[in-house]
Parts: sequence; C-alpha cells; structure tokens
Amino acid sequence: MVRMTITANAAVAHAARLARVALVPGFPITPQTTIIEQISEFINDGEMDAEFIPAESEHSVMSVAIGASAGGVRTFTATSSQGLALMYEMLFAAAPSRLPIVMVNANRSVGAASGIWTEHNDSLPVREAGWLQAYVEDGQEALDATLQAFRIAEDARVRLPVMVCMDGFILTHTVEAVDVPERAEVDRFLPRFDTTNTLVPSDPMVMSPIVPPEFAMEMRYQQDRAMQASLEVIKEVDEEFAGLFGRRYGGLFEEYRMEDAEYAMIGLGTWVGAAREVVDQLRAEGRKAGLIKLRFVRPFPATELREALKDMKAVGVFERSASFNGFGPLYTELRSAMYGTDVPITDHFGGIGGRDITVPDVREMYEVVERRSRGERVNECTWHGLRGEQG
Amino acid sequence: MTSVRSPVAGLRNVSREDMLVHGHGACPGCGYAVTARNIAKVLGPQTVVYVPASCLTVFSATYPKSAWRIPFLYTAFENTGAIITGLKAAYRRRGIEANVVGMAGDGGSFDIGLQALSGAAERNEDVIYVCLDNEAYMNTGIQRSSATPFGAWTTTTPAGLEIQGNRRFKKDLAAIVAQHDVPYVATLSVAHFTDFVKKVEKAKSMSGFRFLHCLTPCIPGWRIEPSRGVSIDRLAVETGMWTLYEVEHGVPRVTYRPRKMLPVTEYLGLQGRFKHISEEDVRTLQSWLCRKWKAHYGEEVEEPPCVIARKDEGLGHDGDPLHGL
Repeated sequence: MVRMTITANAAVAHAARLARVALVPGFPITPQTTIIEQISEFINDGEMDAEFIPAESEHSVMSVAIGASAGGVRTFTATSSQGLALMYEMLFAAAPSRLPIVMVNANRSVGAASGIWTEHNDSLPVREAGWLQAYVEDGQEALDATLQAFRIAEDARVRLPVMVCMDGFILTHTVEAVDVPERAEVDRFLPRFDTTNTLVPSDPMVMSPIVPPEFAMEMRYQQDRAMQASLEVIKEVDEEFAGLFGRRYGGLFEEYRMEDAEYAMIGLGTWVGAAREVVDQLRAEGRKAGLIKLRFVRPFPATELREALKDMKAVGVFERSASFNGFGPLYTELRSAMYGTDVPITDHFGGIGGRDITVPDVREMYEVVERRSRGERVNECTWHGLRGEQG
Repeated sequence: MTSVRSPVAGLRNVSREDMLVHGHGACPGCGYAVTARNIAKVLGPQTVVYVPASCLTVFSATYPKSAWRIPFLYTAFENTGAIITGLKAAYRRRGIEANVVGMAGDGGSFDIGLQALSGAAERNEDVIYVCLDNEAYMNTGIQRSSATPFGAWTTTTPAGLEIQGNRRFKKDLAAIVAQHDVPYVATLSVAHFTDFVKKVEKAKSMSGFRFLHCLTPCIPGWRIEPSRGVSIDRLAVETGMWTLYEVEHGVPRVTYRPRKMLPVTEYLGLQGRFKHISEEDVRTLQSWLCRKWKAHYGEEVEEPPCVIARKDEGLGHDGDPLHGL
C-alpha cells in the first residue's frame, strides 16, 4: 500500500491499472478527461499492460467497450454528462448482453443551461438501463468502489455492467490522501477475467440477436433476477474487501449515527460529507439525527432501507437532480420502498448545476426534517439555497 | 466481359464450406444473402462477424435460430466501425487469430454509421469492413439513403406530381474511405465473381483496415424480378452506375473495364424503382455518368443514346414482399 496525494480521477485510473484492465476506449469530456489521460500515461510508461483506444465519440467508446467485453477482456472506460447521454443507446445494449463493463461517470449537469459542474441529472435518468449504479463520497471510495465494481460485475450471479458515479470537480479535481493498494493485494481480491460466454471462433455463438416477444420477456426477467442477486453480491464483496484492505462501506448503504436516531436524511455522493458534519452538530446538541449514505441506486435496496428507516419519525431525501413538477428520483424510489409504513418523507433539492452545498444548507434541510418529525407541517418538497422566493 | 467467361478460374481455392448457411429468411434472390454468404465463405471459420441493424441481422439471426456457423454479434445501427474495433482488440489481447468482419448496409455505412466507419478507418483498425450497398434503407421498407441513385423511387422520395424520385447523386463512399489512407479499398459486384473472390481473398491476406464495398441488388426495393439481381448488377457496371476497382496502399487500379459504355436506360429499364423517370432526368443522369466515367477510366466517353425501353413488362413480382411471388 502506498499513500498518495491524488485526485479521485487519478485514484480510479489507479484502480483500472490495479484491476489489470486490458482495454480502455475513451473520449475526452470534462471533468472525466484526466482519468483517460492518466491511464494513457500508465500505458505509455509501461506501468499498465493495456491498450487505450481513442474512439471518435462516446457512442463509439461504449461500442468499442461492448465489442471488447464480448471478445473476452476486462474493459474499463469513463465518461460524464453529455458523453453519457450520447452513450445512452449503447448502455441498453451492454446490460442485456450481460457484459461486465465498468465505467466511471463523473457527475456533471447535462443539457442546457450548459455547465460543467456537478449534478446527478446525467446518471440518475439512466438508472433503468440495466447497469448497477454506485455513488461515492471521496477519492478513496472512488478507488475502492471501482475495484469492487469489477468483482460485482463479473460475479457469475450478476454479469452486468457497473457505473461508478462521482461528483464532478468536488471529487474529480480535488486532491486528497488516497491509499493505493499494491497489485499483489488486488490480485488476491480480483481473479482473472472469466472468458466463458465470450465470442471466439473456436466456439461459435450468437450474441444479442433479434429476439421476438416469445423469448424477449424471459431475457428481461433474467436481467431482473441478476440485478436482484447483485444485492447480496455487493454485501459479500464489501465484506471481503474489508477483510483484505481494512476498509468497509456498508455494502448497499452506510448508516451513520442511526442506532437511536429519531429522524434521518438519505442522499448520495459528496453531500454526505457535509451531512455527517451536521449530524455531529445536532447530536452534540442532544438532537437525535441520523444519516444514510446510499451507495447503490441500482440495485435499489428497498427492503434493507425499509428495515433501516421503519422506526423514523421523519426521513428527508437529498436530491442533486430535479424531476420537474414534483419529487426527485430518489424520493420516488424511497417512497415506494416505504409504502405501507407511516414514516413521513420530505424531499430536499440542493446543489443543482454544481452550486456549493454548505454545512448551513444541510443544517437547514435537517431542521425541516426535524420539524416534520415533531408532527409540524412543512413543505413536502423544498429547494435549498435558491435565490429569490420559493413559490 | 472476359472476367466472367470462366466462372471457375481462380476459384479453386475457395472452400465449399459455408459460414452463412441456407434456411435463413432472406427474400429469394436477395443480393445481401449472396454477398454475405460468399464473403463469409472466403473468410472461413476463423472469423467473427458483427452485423448492425439491417435485413441481414433479421434474416440470419432471429432468436432462437441462426444461420451463422461463426460467432455473430449485433447491437445497434451506427457503430459497426467501433464494435469491430473492440472485438479485434480483445482477440489481439488474448492472442486469438480471427478475421473480424463488420457487414453493414448503406444506411449503416454512408449515413448513420459514417462517423464510426471513419474513426475505425483513421485508426487503421485491423478489421474488414464490408458495406453491403442496396442503395436505400430496405429493412425499414425502402427509404432513401445517401447511397440512393439519382432519380430512384423510394418511399421517402416518391414519384409525386411535383417531384419524382431522389434528387441527389449517390455519395462516393469508397473514395471517402480511401482518403483515410487505409491499406485496402475495393468495390465488388456479385456479377463479377472471380474479381469478387480475388478481392475478398486479398483483403483476408492483408492487415489493417480493409474496406469492401459491394453493390447488392434488393428484390423488393429495386422492384426487380428475383432472378434478375446478378444481370442487373452486371448492367450497373456496363453502364457506369457501378465501377470495379481497388486501391491498395494508395494505388488505384481498375479491375474491370467495360468495352463500351451502355446507355443507362439499359440498367434503369429493368427496375421498377426507375419506372417513373422522366427523359430529362435520364439525360441528367447520363451526363453525370459520362463525367464519372471520364474521372474513373481517364478517357472521354461519347454519350450513348438513351431510349427508355421498358423491359420489365409482365414482371412476376410487383416488388412488394407482402404480396408474395
């Protein structure tokens, strides 16, 4: 293990190197670009035995990744925002073809009003593409989650692609201390790429043919079962990872000061850092606040979350992605998971378009949730840090 | 037409073993099926094929059946150049010898797939890219592509009261690919079979990016009789609508030259897709062809006399696949 002072982008490039990735197609897009730059340097310096394919678009990046994974090699790529949007079609080809591609998505706002700053409205809208989606809190977790992603994706019970999402700039360009494992340590965690069910001339097979309605439904069902199976695999892999590297992330989600909590918030990404701070403040004041850091949006750990939150007097959901005319995507997911309980849920938008989320902002969110937990009437849906009046 | 007089000359080494076997669902006389079958046959069992959205995918690989004896992959429409890049890279990494071939249509190569094709060509990927060109989006029901010839009827260039047929000339895709400075570009026709086989064999023997552009008649799309595909392909060459050449490491070479230019009406008259064509459009097309002939063969050609003589009276098939034969 070596402690390095690096960005999360460099950390995931190290993860790809340590995972013995054989092929990396890539196309530049801010704030992902330094990942493929770092990987190109590793390759050209002889530190990584892989090929970098400079594809001419993100659509082609995902197509090259699909070809390579179908041809039987461990494949990694990274993208962001508009790039992910351009890949959209091919995301839906990778998953049913059961190709264990791992991709890092540097979360960035997509579409107009154009910005390059963090927002989750690039990755959350593609949560139905059949990929697992993990979100990380810091550079160390970016590296660790990427290593875990290969194990989860390639597990015979899963065989699905995994997207590791991390907040643009806040993580991608922020230098932190990151423990980078030795290759031998990673080799003990990650076996060689399993080449069964890959396309080779010695064993001809048709992959992704046209599938009529008589059969397509069963294939979708198999995808559904694989996604369901990944819930357990994620937990197992996190435990094994903890045994080897001494770091654990709670599997599907991490509970922070939830033991005797009366109300809690749940959210994704770097927001969690500020939320931990706020929970500590509230606890110091004798208020029973808790926090759930959600790691996986797909599979969505509905049963586990329901169990963790069923005794709360109120739960607040943090969203860095808007659903227009209503609640955010995570609220909708959680509300469905909590159906039948009488736990009140409030929705909190913040950090949209990359706006900073400060500790006072998160404190304001928690205050709303706490008031709701006391039975007070509050807005079910609040935009925090908005300039001007909220209608 | 000396090159077709002895159809077996030069074909002795071609395997008798098909990689795309019978029993698939192509229309009788389908140019795609004949071309894909013979290319796969020459490439042999150490081959992996990618086919984007096209008739070929539908008729050869609809679950649970497949007519392929080699590995087959399909995912989308516009990514042939990229998928074959990834496949070949995987085999390179694994030390597996395989011809990686993409077989895309004209829409999948000229239009929606042009970017991925250009990317793979520019990177000089070690793959064979086959464009099976039937001059329109046939799989979706005969819509115009940038490969559709001037004047041709398609469902999106109908013969209307004001505008009749496609108003643009066919894009020269092989020239565009050749401009990427790739090792091999060749144009093929099933009517010139020895030439066809030689070019596929040459492509197989080389490495780097190889592009085979094949004119493949479409029975319902061209509104032709199922038995006429090969004769029409031959007339395409004799009239200059299609030219046979190769560009090897940047050096162009004509592989077959007609003795004299036949009037384009010889070609048009056999096809229902040109049934509506006006005399003015015939003249326009003929002069365009004469300019193309000169550019291609390097000599002026006298404009042959065009007479619209219908030769398709009493066709056994109206061209609509739903009407049967």
